[in-house]
Amino acid sequence: MTDLLIRGADIVGRGRSDLLIRDGRFVDPADAGADGEELDADGLVALPGLVDLHTHLREPGREDAETIESGTLAAARGGFTAVLAMANTTPVTDTAEAAEHVAALGARDGHAQVVPVGAVSKGLHGVELAELGLMARSRARVRVFSDDGHCVSDARLMRRALEYVRAFDGVIAQHAQDQQLAGAAACCHEGEISGKLGLPGWPTAAEASVVARDIQIAELTRSRLHVCHVSCAETVDVIRWAKQRDINVTAEVAPHHLMLTTNEVLNYDPTYKVNPPLRPNEHVDALREALADGTIDAVATDHAPHARHDKEHAFAEAAFGMLGLENALAVVIETMINSGLSWPELAKRMSIMPAHIARLADQGRSLTESQPANVVLVDPAARAVVNRDQSASLSRNNPWHGRELPDPVVATIWAGRVTYQKAR
Amino acid sequence: MLRSSFTALRYRPEVVPRRLLRRPEEDLLSGTGAPQARPGDPTPDVGTGSSDSRVVLDADQIARACARMAHQILEANRGAKDLVLMGIPTRGVALAHRLATVMDEVESVKVPVGALDVTMYRDDLRRQPTRPVGHTHLPVEIDGSTVVLVDDVLYSGRTVRAALDALGDLGRPRAVQLAVLIDRGHRELPIHADHVGKYIPTRTGEHVSVRLAEIDGVNQVSIEPGDPFRGGT
Amino acid sequence: MRHLLSAADLDRTQITEIFDLAEEMSLVQGRPVKKLPALRGRTVVNLFFEDSTRTRSSFEIAGKWLSADVINISAKGSSVSKGESLRDTVLTVAAMGVDALVIRHHASGAPWQASHWIDAHVLNAGDGTHEHPTQALLDGFTIRRHLRRSAPDLVDFEGKTVAIVGDITHSRVARSNVLLLSTLGAQVTLVAPPTLLPPGVDSWPVLACTDLDEVLPHADIVMMLRVQRERMSGGYFPTPREYTIGYGLTRPRLEAMKSGAAICHPGPMNRGLEISADAADAANSLILDQVAAGVSVRMSVLYELLGGAE
Repeated sequence: MTDLLIRGADIVGRGRSDLLIRDGRFVDPADAGADGEELDADGLVALPGLVDLHTHLREPGREDAETIESGTLAAARGGFTAVLAMANTTPVTDTAEAAEHVAALGARDGHAQVVPVGAVSKGLHGVELAELGLMARSRARVRVFSDDGHCVSDARLMRRALEYVRAFDGVIAQHAQDQQLAGAAACCHEGEISGKLGLPGWPTAAEASVVARDIQIAELTRSRLHVCHVSCAETVDVIRWAKQRDINVTAEVAPHHLMLTTNEVLNYDPTYKVNPPLRPNEHVDALREALADGTIDAVATDHAPHARHDKEHAFAEAAFGMLGLENALAVVIETMINSGLSWPELAKRMSIMPAHIARLADQGRSLTESQPANVVLVDPAARAVVNRDQSASLSRNNPWHGRELPDPVVATIWAGRVTYQKAR
Repeated sequence: MLRSSFTALRYRPEVVPRRLLRRPEEDLLSGTGAPQARPGDPTPDVGTGSSDSRVVLDADQIARACARMAHQILEANRGAKDLVLMGIPTRGVALAHRLATVMDEVESVKVPVGALDVTMYRDDLRRQPTRPVGHTHLPVEIDGSTVVLVDDVLYSGRTVRAALDALGDLGRPRAVQLAVLIDRGHRELPIHADHVGKYIPTRTGEHVSVRLAEIDGVNQVSIEPGDPFRGGT
Repeated sequence: MRHLLSAADLDRTQITEIFDLAEEMSLVQGRPVKKLPALRGRTVVNLFFEDSTRTRSSFEIAGKWLSADVINISAKGSSVSKGESLRDTVLTVAAMGVDALVIRHHASGAPWQASHWIDAHVLNAGDGTHEHPTQALLDGFTIRRHLRRSAPDLVDFEGKTVAIVGDITHSRVARSNVLLLSTLGAQVTLVAPPTLLPPGVDSWPVLACTDLDEVLPHADIVMMLRVQRERMSGGYFPTPREYTIGYGLTRPRLEAMKSGAAICHPGPMNRGLEISADAADAANSLILDQVAAGVSVRMSVLYELLGGAE
């Protein structure tokens, strides 16, 4: 492999320097040979490759909506070098074999590292534990377990799962949704707009109450709890309380919850149907604040591709979810960097912490000698109007379509390999 | 009462030769051009102030035309027996009431007056935005009666065609006649009026504006140059 | 007017026009020939994703009396389970060359979505728990007729109080009536147990109250809503008996009504639950007038939408 010299990048916003990549790792730039390739990074910020804790790649099962190939290409375009592939595929990732299959597909087709998430319960049914230990011990080395899409409602099952994964330093990523307070039909934040539109409401209490319960169980079991896609101020309060008490809880927020509000559903456009739902502005503000102060540890996309025909139903019957990988960094720059978050803090929320939570040894490392060369070059000033038809994803449910956002990703390098480079 | 009003309404019936219909600019009733406004006439309101618009009937002339038509109708039908006046909204209804008033004054007969809205029977509904629908009112059963349709202006004949269809859905009159205040020519259907207040030759693009005090606060008929792309009424 | 999706699409003038025309249309129903030729050559499709014999036949008769060709398509059952999307279904029907789609759907917003996909006029014939604008129009029309009996020149509902009682949260009739009646100037008061008042009701142009007996003596119109059977087991109130005692229009409450006040119910009624037989059949009950107004009002709406140029 030839050398790749990145010239003049601002390293995580701390100052300019060159980066030399050889055999997938950073080496001393002074060693640069004459025959290597060069990338001019003047004016660009270099960040560690982004890590997404929450991606739906749809393969195996729904290859019409997304494949590991297309999904990771979208990831590379978004600056990600690793994605955690959620377990709600067909078949469900609830065995070692299923996990290894996903990991193998990722190794073969991926434009980023694909790390399978294991199901907490068999078939995501919330009744019996899946083979957590075997998945952990498999070649896929599963550490994150989640029934995402479904809440682990049974407190006893949640307790057992949390206890059990302690043996291999695993973490339970909970999709917090009280099924009694927000059933399967709930599709709109419960409030003025749900009342007006006659849509089944999804109250914030349905999320915060489950998180509160899980935090108590995490404290009881001294295990690691991760809260998926925090959507409301009440959940932030509960997590803040838990962190003050040193309970081992981490949390993520999705880009759409940092920017979009319930108003988007006023037109009954199912593109904006997502679970948990978009919330009113005060929640968006609370989430930004929590991400800034570290109460929320990570940004995770909840990238959820859907075929057109699964979205073009009546709002209440359309599939939940929206695309996220390609525009996540843009949204975080727009909402956070532009209001004061530093580049090192952003790197922490989008790379270092996600890698740490998922226990990914080769991701979220510093851009220094001998570290794996996972890096994204970012142009903080570039902007563009999002066009869903230019997506690498096979699906088009992009909530940012038609909006002007930052267009930051110039190049993504995963393990020394350029997985994406913007046409200049 | 009867005598005085009869005197007031004295008139000389005129037979209008049909060959004269298309002769432009000729006032067949008075033999003059645009009549002079007289003191006491209501002031024409906005819209007639346009220098291009010309008044062709003033209040007195309209009254005389109505009176003459009322007499004609009674004469043609040998009285008011089984007669029903059906005005076509909006101004046709007002005219029908005027005709009935004259008939009452002349013969002391109460001729029933109704309204026949033809909007939903028009053949040009799809050529313009949704038209407001007027009121239809049948004062008596019309089966076996002689219905006189009353309208302000007879032009293409399409409104009358619609009125005949509308009438057919309401019953089966013994005979249907047509009375109009103004016949402006340019028929597009084989329809003619039985009783005409005044023939006014016009050009296709022109607009004949009939204003009646009941609706417009003024009695006046004028011709306005129309929008060449819209055609007149 | 291109579509009728919500009662909020109509201003006071438009509502009055629809009412006035509906009066004319109701006269047509007394004629030997009940048909008007206004919509000759127009095709109206009743696309019903949810059963409703009453609304469907009312639209069907309205269309036919205006000489439109009316076709009923039942698309019952979830299209999700059939594998065809709502968009596919709507586009397929629209591709047959229809001028108007009358859509009834069990999910809120479906007609709204459909209106963005096709060129034909879309009429909301009831969508989920959202709106049912033609029901509100016929309710408003019936109320105007009632009020005009004592005040023939009445043009709007200024100074009148309408109480809407029952399951507001899940009622499309309530939502459309709130919008329509308040546009006409009425003071709308919603009465329901707190479990059946929708979230965000504070932002509606209404008063909301949980005590029927407090509201009843002040209401000029009392509109009782049907209690859906599935709500009874949904834990929104303890027992049907408790509901009737709290929120039913019982005989004693009938006595407590303001003199001259009238009773409405969009039907079908649960006699003995939200409305007693005494109230349903009372002299001041407008319930049968509501049913009778359905065709006239829908003729009026169809004409407003389809009567002119595209």
